[in-house]
Amino acid sequence: MSGLLFDTGEWNFDTLKRTYDAIEEIAVGEMGLDPYPNQIELISSEQMLDAYSSIGMPVFYHHWSFGKRFARDEAMYRKGYSGLAYEIVINSNPCISYIMEENTMTMQALVMAHAAFGHNHFFKNNYLFKEQTDAGGILDYLNFAKSYIAHCEERHGISAVERILDTAHALMDQGVNRYGRRARPSLAAEAARAEARVAHYHDTFNDLWRTLPPPKAAGDKAVKPAPLARGAPHMPEENLLYFLEKFAPRLRDWERELLRIVRNIAQYFYPQRQTKVMNEGCATYVHYRIMNRLYDLGKISEGAILEFLTSHTAVVFQPDFDDQRYSGINPYALGFEMMCDIERVVTNPTDEDREFLPEIAGRGDAMAVLKEAWANFRDDSFVAQYLSPHLMRKMKLFKLENRAADPHYKVAAIHDDRGYREVRRALASQYDPSLRDPNIQVTGANLAGDRRLVMTHRLQNDMPLAEKDAKAVLGYVADLWGFDVELRGVNHDDQERYRYEMDAQPKGAATAAA
Amino acid sequence: MVMNVIDRRLNPKGKSLPNRQRFIRLAKATIKEAVVRSIRERNLGDVESKEVVSIPMKRIAEPRLRHASQGGDRDQVFPGNKEFVRGDTLPKPKPGKGEQGSQGAPDGEGEDDFRFTISAEEYLNVLFEELELPDMAKAQLKDTATLKWRRAGHSSSGSPSNLNLLRTMRHSLARRICLGRPRPHEVAELEAEIARLEALEAPGAETLAELELLRAKRAHMETRSRRVAYIDPVDLRFNRFETNPVPSAQAVMFCLMDVSGSMTEDMKDLAKRFFLLLHLFLTRQYEHVDLVFIRHTSEAKEVDEQTFFHSQETGGTVVSTALAEMRRIVDERYPVEQWNIYAAQASDGDNYSSDSGRCIELLTQQILPICQYFAYVEVYDPRQAEIFLSSLNVSELWKDYQTAQPTFPNFAMRRVFSKADVFPVFHQLFAKTRAAA
Repeated sequence: MSGLLFDTGEWNFDTLKRTYDAIEEIAVGEMGLDPYPNQIELISSEQMLDAYSSIGMPVFYHHWSFGKRFARDEAMYRKGYSGLAYEIVINSNPCISYIMEENTMTMQALVMAHAAFGHNHFFKNNYLFKEQTDAGGILDYLNFAKSYIAHCEERHGISAVERILDTAHALMDQGVNRYGRRARPSLAAEAARAEARVAHYHDTFNDLWRTLPPPKAAGDKAVKPAPLARGAPHMPEENLLYFLEKFAPRLRDWERELLRIVRNIAQYFYPQRQTKVMNEGCATYVHYRIMNRLYDLGKISEGAILEFLTSHTAVVFQPDFDDQRYSGINPYALGFEMMCDIERVVTNPTDEDREFLPEIAGRGDAMAVLKEAWANFRDDSFVAQYLSPHLMRKMKLFKLENRAADPHYKVAAIHDDRGYREVRRALASQYDPSLRDPNIQVTGANLAGDRRLVMTHRLQNDMPLAEKDAKAVLGYVADLWGFDVELRGVNHDDQERYRYEMDAQPKGAATAAA
Repeated sequence: MVMNVIDRRLNPKGKSLPNRQRFIRLAKATIKEAVVRSIRERNLGDVESKEVVSIPMKRIAEPRLRHASQGGDRDQVFPGNKEFVRGDTLPKPKPGKGEQGSQGAPDGEGEDDFRFTISAEEYLNVLFEELELPDMAKAQLKDTATLKWRRAGHSSSGSPSNLNLLRTMRHSLARRICLGRPRPHEVAELEAEIARLEALEAPGAETLAELELLRAKRAHMETRSRRVAYIDPVDLRFNRFETNPVPSAQAVMFCLMDVSGSMTEDMKDLAKRFFLLLHLFLTRQYEHVDLVFIRHTSEAKEVDEQTFFHSQETGGTVVSTALAEMRRIVDERYPVEQWNIYAAQASDGDNYSSDSGRCIELLTQQILPICQYFAYVEVYDPRQAEIFLSSLNVSELWKDYQTAQPTFPNFAMRRVFSKADVFPVFHQLFAKTRAAA
């Protein structure tokens, strides 16, 4: 028999294991990836549909919106409008990848390389995930969330829980801390600091101080600063869910806990929203390298590599802007092209590359550069840093200017010498979360007075909010806040553009009005 | 590195079911409308099929604070430039023309309906949400003759085939421990020790004394083992079963219809809708529902569903023949103590005048006593509705049947004038807080 890992499309547990080991040898041994331990779970297509409805997580709390999503996905799938994903991968430790039983063995190999090593490495090493998510604890937390919410439903009724969850979901995009919190010092760092403090004490010890008379007891007290008023809100606050959880005057404890759960989950997913291009690019690049290497080593057949290439090409297909199939830039395509392009620049640069990407051009070790990029960037900074003129020409990128006052679109820059930097800047800002999500902050709450909640939307480039939605969300917020709520839209020059107001209504009425 | 493959394919499916229930609860009002509307298009007996429901998006919207799809200055990068150079201008599409569809949808601003399928069971749940079988029907349901064996704990006597081995052995073990029955390995050890001592070439006095002691101990153990049985009759435990009556899970539904020339297609259609609802409703209450179709002109005949609704027949009208035919079929095939009998009769109210007496006699003496429920629905041609709308203007048959009503609470009669009436009438007949029918 040849050295093939498998020679039919059928898979079984032996071939899965054998193939996994071969892939691991390449991924970890040759490419030097550093993934979490893997756990691969086999599921049926029906279970895949189930998983869709709970955002792919193995445990999740119950809410009608997931039922709605499920109904839609199921209808789409049954009628053949959409296929199912080949895999779902979860940022957890161990890293769980779901693979479907319907896949052929080649697809299982592709999926393992893609998810269990590509995504997995990215989850473990990217700074955003390290800062903002807790891969080891997420499943336990979701378990807690699920049982806590089920408990609340039992105790307070499903509608009471839904009232909170509906609001929380509506504010999910505004329920994240955009900036990583200060890193908690590790035990070792704490110990080192304590030691340094003692050393400093010893160094500066002077017995003379002992001879000073002790301060008077009363005077001692007066020196202490008055504690801050408990719970005084810090303004402005951009995390609306956090603000409601901490300061909404009329919420009960369990309701605050529900807001907290949704907020924590939103935060857990926030890095994924910011690294779509990189994450998929990394995973696609990794599976491409691994599958080709398996073929070079004679471990998979020509049939398998052709099957792989067919689906790989479909995944990284980027239709042109005037194509019927065009629906935005395909993150798989852009990500994969950029990774390959970086490899090219590092190993075989042109003069142009040396000018545009002097840091990495000709450094020689593509994997080292890529791993550095995967660890330290997110989509916007990654594009700004690494998009090369070569790739802009290859994808024929151009920037279209759309000014509200102008009756025409204007082609502002194309893939030429004058345009490279502008196109790159524009594409980067397209992925900038601070420009993509509306910037809405709590700017006033007057907790001591009429408790009117004021939120301010700072318009970027004059882009308004979707009015109907905004008013509906405002209704939700007023319902939870319990007092009047207003949302002001402010221009960059501090001119007010719009103002929505919502009076406090008796409980439940707001949702009906919305 | 360790890798686990876990096969989850056998895990329970339908993890999303609670989500679905919550969703349906929310969208209930709309679903109900759709369901009631759908009963018009269904075949009788066609309960297994699913129903597609579409819900206006705004009732189940999930609003977010997000940018509108239009307005403001927005620059975008596109791939696949072919001929543009810097400074080219392109006209913007006119708002509200053509482009709108594909532009609006990704932003979720479209007001499209949300379509999805509900299962047969969900369909029926919604349809019969506030309905129940009449109380007196349920009371009768209880004293049926069918008995069923059911597990009922354990007992100390019973037939060997029902012996509960686990419990018996548990009791045996407990008793043996309490009464100190020597365990086999203790006996074996003792035997071995004795054998060892006996095998000694020159036993000393001490050894002999010990041997003596051990032998005594062995004798004691042996008697003990004999006296304390390994399994004693007091240990025995048997699974106990009880009979208890179960409500009969089968029902038969008689559909009686006048097919004489005076019944138009429209009127038959109304009747069909009523029969359909009753059938669906009974299917929910009973495991098995038989359908019997009896149509009559001046004589009655049992037919299949297709003939029942679709074949034309002319002739006079003698209602009593249908009642007699029903009674005959009951006697022949549906013993009263085993079947729950329901009947629905649809007619335009015409009857051969001399038949009235016989009709009411059959109904009160033969039919109503054996029926769980008998519903009489008088259907009218929508065009005649105005004439008959007044309660004074009623048919002969209606007048006759009315005399039976006070004595039999399981007898109900209603008039149906149009399609829209069918469900309300049905609803009235079976509503939980039923006004006197």
